[in-house]
Amino acid sequence: MAYFLQQLINGIALGMVYGLIAIGYSMVYGIIGMINFAHGEIYMIGAFVSIIFFTLLGMLGISWAPLALVLVLLAAIVITSLYGWTVERIAYRPLRGSFRLAPLISAIGMSIFLQTYVQVTQGAKIKPLQPVITGGITFTDASGFTVTISWIQVLIVVLTVALMAGFTWIIAKTPLGRAQRACAQDLKMAALCGVDVDRTISLTFVIGAALAAVAGLMATLYYGVIDFFIGFLAGVKAFTAAVLGGIGSIPGAMLGGLVLGLVEAFWSGYFSIEYKDVAAFTILVIVLIFLPTGILGQPEVEKV
Amino acid sequence: MLEVENVVTRYGVIEALKGVSIRVERGEIVAIIGANGAGKSTLLMTICGQPRAASGRIRFEGREITDLPTYDIVRLGIVQAPEGRRIFPRMTVYENLLMGAVPTGGRYLEEDLERVFALFPRLKERLHQRGGTLSGGEQQMLCIGRALMARPKLLLLDEPSLGIAPILVRQIFEAIVAINRERGLSILLVEQNAYQALKIAHRGYVLASGRVVREGTGRQLLADPEVRAAYLEGGQ
Ligand SMILES: Nc1ncnc2c1ncn2[C@@H]1O[C@H](COP(=O)(O)OP(=O)(O)OP(=O)(O)O)[C@@H](O)[C@H]1O
Ligand SMILES: [Mg+2]
Repeated sequence: MAYFLQQLINGIALGMVYGLIAIGYSMVYGIIGMINFAHGEIYMIGAFVSIIFFTLLGMLGISWAPLALVLVLLAAIVITSLYGWTVERIAYRPLRGSFRLAPLISAIGMSIFLQTYVQVTQGAKIKPLQPVITGGITFTDASGFTVTISWIQVLIVVLTVALMAGFTWIIAKTPLGRAQRACAQDLKMAALCGVDVDRTISLTFVIGAALAAVAGLMATLYYGVIDFFIGFLAGVKAFTAAVLGGIGSIPGAMLGGLVLGLVEAFWSGYFSIEYKDVAAFTILVIVLIFLPTGILGQPEVEKV
Repeated sequence: MLEVENVVTRYGVIEALKGVSIRVERGEIVAIIGANGAGKSTLLMTICGQPRAASGRIRFEGREITDLPTYDIVRLGIVQAPEGRRIFPRMTVYENLLMGAVPTGGRYLEEDLERVFALFPRLKERLHQRGGTLSGGEQQMLCIGRALMARPKLLLLDEPSLGIAPILVRQIFEAIVAINRERGLSILLVEQNAYQALKIAHRGYVLASGRVVREGTGRQLLADPEVRAAYLEGGQ
């Protein structure tokens, strides 16, 4: 029981990280119908910005964890968003209205470029982070088994839930959120309503990148090591989460992330930790074959 | 107030408009009639910059708008209720109306909502229903209501009677006349239903294969034997 609970906790924390990244895939797909293959790299950049700023703050002598965390969080969000915005501006916007595969190819190019860019500027070696947050809450059951919720896991859950609440409110209630949904449902009609479509698309990339930056920071804290290649696996898993939840659906992305995190945690806990990544790919294949619209996906028929 | 001069619009190699010139004066209802594929919808869309004219000029209230982004054109007061209605299917009726109010920034929201409800009371009953679940007629009302929320100076209506029961068609045409009379709103009306359209229009143009082939007052066009033969066969 305790072991099960431990996997459950690990799975939820992991799932929230995947969910945050998945939202970026889902939103962009929803609005311009393209898979932004460079999104995993945006997450990776978020992780690198985090580690660089932790080091920087350490050099400046700012070591009080809450302050350092807030500063790094802000820096990661701002800088990573800028990357997200730039990628859209230079790699996708000029191709809007050209043939369907063009932005996809451009996205793959962008992904390779960003990986190489980080590899060249930051080095190919694994980058470790001195533990910023340590410890946690430990429970012991009657038979002596313990369950630990680390403070990092607590932070992940609290931050993600807060972000999701804010984000859901933006989408549901604000003019920006309405404009985004309008663009996702009918881009041309949104333009005819007076929406600045290009700006709305830019903001979508910025929001997706900001959420990925938070995921990058949390993964850095959680795993303690990063390298230039982490965007690939995380990207594929988050993409799987987005497809599983129903690509284009934002609650779906979060739900898909959670399911994926749980499956991965239980798979590693009960079957084989070496093959944990296989779980994600297996799910992707199964979903694509049997449930192509995902759990919360919109069936196409509703389109007027 | 609107002058379209020699406008050419292409979709790839297809030339949908081959040098069209029309104008709309303040307070007028101008009808555009023509067969399927004549380029009527393309003309309305080109006025809104979707797609952009390949050549020619479009002026609105003396200002050249040919190359303005669509959202600027809409903010200047040219608002379209497009063909096929294009209601946002997963938004409620209320949210669809809010989308219409984007150009005003929602400044006159309450007042404008009341005016739309006065014109189409049905929309008020359906306020929290999703747009995609409305009937065709209700969607058309919503489509026109959404356009009115923008406080247009010139309203572009593309086939408002398409696929709607005759009773509703009458209601919608009455609404169009009422909007024009009461608010002095200029209207550019595209219609398959040429008889109805010419009856309420001050002037009209006949479009064929991307060219204007006839123009005149609504009455003149209704009486024109060629127009009658081509577009009013079996009229009403
Ligand atoms: N998006 C598009 N891509 C390519 N060709 C198009 C496109 N839209 C319209 N066309 C072509 O342009 C021509 C004019 O079309 P348009 O829709 O303007 O006609 P219409 O007069 O509105 O017809 P209808 O009465 O059927 O609505 C047609 O030959 C059509 O096939
Ligand atoms: Mg048409």
